[in-house]
Amino acid sequence: MRKPKFPIFHVWLDEISELVKDEGILIFAILLPLAYPLLYAMIYNTETQRELPICVVDESMSARSRDFIRRVDATSEVNVAAHCISMEEAQELMRRRDVYGILRIPSDFNLGLWRGEQVVVGLYSDLTSMLYYKVEYLAVVNVAQELNRNIKVAKNQTYLTRREEQLARWPIRFEEVKLYNPAGGFAAFLIPPVLMLILQQALCLSVGMSMGRSRERFRGLVIPPNKHYKNTLAIVLGKGLVHFLLFLLMAFYMAVCVTRWFGLPQLGHFWDLVGFFVPYLLACTYMAIFWSSFVYRREDCILLFVFMSVPLLFLSGVSWPGAAIPPLWKGVASVFPSTWGLNAYARIQGMGASIGDCRSEIMALWILAGIYFLLSCFFYMFEIRKAVGRTVFN
Amino acid sequence: MQIVNPTTEANGTSTFEGTWWSAFWQIFFRELRRFSRRPIFLMIMIVAPLTFLWLFTSMMGSGLPTKLPAALVDEDDTHVTRQLTRILGSMEETRFVFETTSFTEARQAMQRGEIYAIFRIPKGTTEAALTQRQPVISFYTNDTYYIAASLLMKDMRKLSELAGLAITRETMRARGFTDDQIMGTIQPIVIESHPLGNPHLNYSVVLSNLIVPGLLMLVIMLTTSYGIGIEWKQRRQKELYAMGRGNVPLIVTAKLLPQTMLYTLVFWVIDLVFYSYLQFPCACGIPRMMLWGLLAVLASQGFGLLLYEAFPGYLRIAMSACSLLGVMQFSLAGFSFPVSAMDKPFQWLSNIFPLHHYFLIYVNQALNGYHISYVWPHVIALVALVILPIVFMYRLKDAFLNKEYRA
Repeated sequence: MRKPKFPIFHVWLDEISELVKDEGILIFAILLPLAYPLLYAMIYNTETQRELPICVVDESMSARSRDFIRRVDATSEVNVAAHCISMEEAQELMRRRDVYGILRIPSDFNLGLWRGEQVVVGLYSDLTSMLYYKVEYLAVVNVAQELNRNIKVAKNQTYLTRREEQLARWPIRFEEVKLYNPAGGFAAFLIPPVLMLILQQALCLSVGMSMGRSRERFRGLVIPPNKHYKNTLAIVLGKGLVHFLLFLLMAFYMAVCVTRWFGLPQLGHFWDLVGFFVPYLLACTYMAIFWSSFVYRREDCILLFVFMSVPLLFLSGVSWPGAAIPPLWKGVASVFPSTWGLNAYARIQGMGASIGDCRSEIMALWILAGIYFLLSCFFYMFEIRKAVGRTVFN
Repeated sequence: MQIVNPTTEANGTSTFEGTWWSAFWQIFFRELRRFSRRPIFLMIMIVAPLTFLWLFTSMMGSGLPTKLPAALVDEDDTHVTRQLTRILGSMEETRFVFETTSFTEARQAMQRGEIYAIFRIPKGTTEAALTQRQPVISFYTNDTYYIAASLLMKDMRKLSELAGLAITRETMRARGFTDDQIMGTIQPIVIESHPLGNPHLNYSVVLSNLIVPGLLMLVIMLTTSYGIGIEWKQRRQKELYAMGRGNVPLIVTAKLLPQTMLYTLVFWVIDLVFYSYLQFPCACGIPRMMLWGLLAVLASQGFGLLLYEAFPGYLRIAMSACSLLGVMQFSLAGFSFPVSAMDKPFQWLSNIFPLHHYFLIYVNQALNGYHISYVWPHVIALVALVILPIVFMYRLKDAFLNKEYRA
């Protein structure tokens, strides 16, 4: 076989053969980006909590309170799983986690309504999950508002026409529109950012592992003592290109296949996605190469990178609102491509934003890509010098 | 190629004098020396968890995110609509950063990520309301950002509901009804919600209590696999085996004890910061939570050890499995998205994770202050995670004698 002419091509080929030979790297470079998105999408696939079991303490025992309970039971959010005669009994069910909320209808419910007074219905929610509170509150408030309107109309029986009654029921109508995620589901909100985070983490892990492998093979050096490894630019570009291309493929697998299979939002235009993935993956690749300079053994990279995933997700401002993150942490977050990438992807793919709408994020990604590229170059320059020194003195 | 460091602590690898005790301490101090030689190890064991403690408690310091940016599209622009929007602007979650008369502009701001919601009052709203022609006001939340959208939605919904009621109230006032009578008519049924154990809906209380111990537990799993497996990688497993005179439980205990102590200390610092300094609810008392912390540390070590026993010699596979499962446990603990809403296989799967059990024990004990008997299956599960690796120690023994490090 003829020797390749360009060192960059040689480095590229070397890196690919490393990748294919090492099953540890393959796990993170192939298996993780292929399988993990499916797993995550399956976890959140049910989108929201339906028919959450709650129990009812009906101290009123009237036709009206039973009507109230029937309506609550009929909502898609909760399911009245038990009727208790006292709060003590209901609390016991809560402690046993048979139910996740208690609806208490006071004894003066019917009487108070007849007297024209306000009556207070208590809702006690388990906070093991915030979603429990949300669905119970929504279900009960919706029912109460509906009943309130009925009562208001029934009390004032002077309406001449049906239209007049409707107006009394709803003097002002309101529309509630959930944009970009009409079901208000968890998968549509969480999975797109998680996909991007998986890309970055998998890149860090696979690059870090190949770096650790080199260090173990070449006595602490990250480059083989080889005449093709003399040119910094060739090494940085050649190594980067392998991971960049592989993960570009993975990125499209996530943006197209996973997104289609699980019915996630897909409003992004092809060229907007390309315009985002290129800087994002470049930034991630070179960040991975730079951070991997701290990896001395193959397994170290797992220790270094894995537990960053959860904090990075929170720092990105996708799950915890970015507006509520203190400036210090925003500063820390801005050095990670994921912070910008998660937001940009969620907006392009989830909200149909164009590259222009994500200008600041895309710009930040290009800047990060540039900075990390330079840092990687410095690192390899240093390493080449070290390698040359070794070969001279040993 | 692997360089084996020349060792001084073991004089020869064949015979050891002295009692079991001395063997135990020999391995124990050998492990401590190992830590001191590897600063990265100490950083990951101590600095990282404490940094995360700082990160999460300061990031969610406000408890519930408030004053989230929203846009107002007031096409009507009358004194009535302004009063309405002033009320909305004064509500807990909403801050109007963007006021415009064009919906398209607001929508573009949303796509740029500047705002989470749009409140829109169409032209003619006031007129229609006064002349009883039932105007429609609308609000749009960006549910790509779920938490922010949910919080804003709550405010806007409340205001829209109140806007309609305000009109009825004015009519009734004009007819001479008292305020009590009016409230009894326009809002006869009031819902009083009681989020148990966390009345202010402080996200930090529950979320920090899940994520910070969770990250520590993830670190524990990884370092346990790593700490044991590295012996094979450095080809010192035989030396270690001889040092412990073939008593695998003794070797493992002596080797993991320094980590156990260190991690328990870190866990207790976290507990103290949560319940003493930040005054998070802790109905069962801090010592009790420290006890559960110790159990969680042991269970996580058990989990890491179990995975190494599943793949003896394959350090990387064990650690990869640890990390893939370990990151997933945050989702399967079920705080943000409840386990009860997941498909059945994931509900079963959640039971193998120590974090899931620890979280439920925490909710039962610290948040709700119930009796421990209600979560005994979860306590048993944690104890099982401590015991199971002891059952499978024969695999480790086999590994000590016959297995080499495999990449």
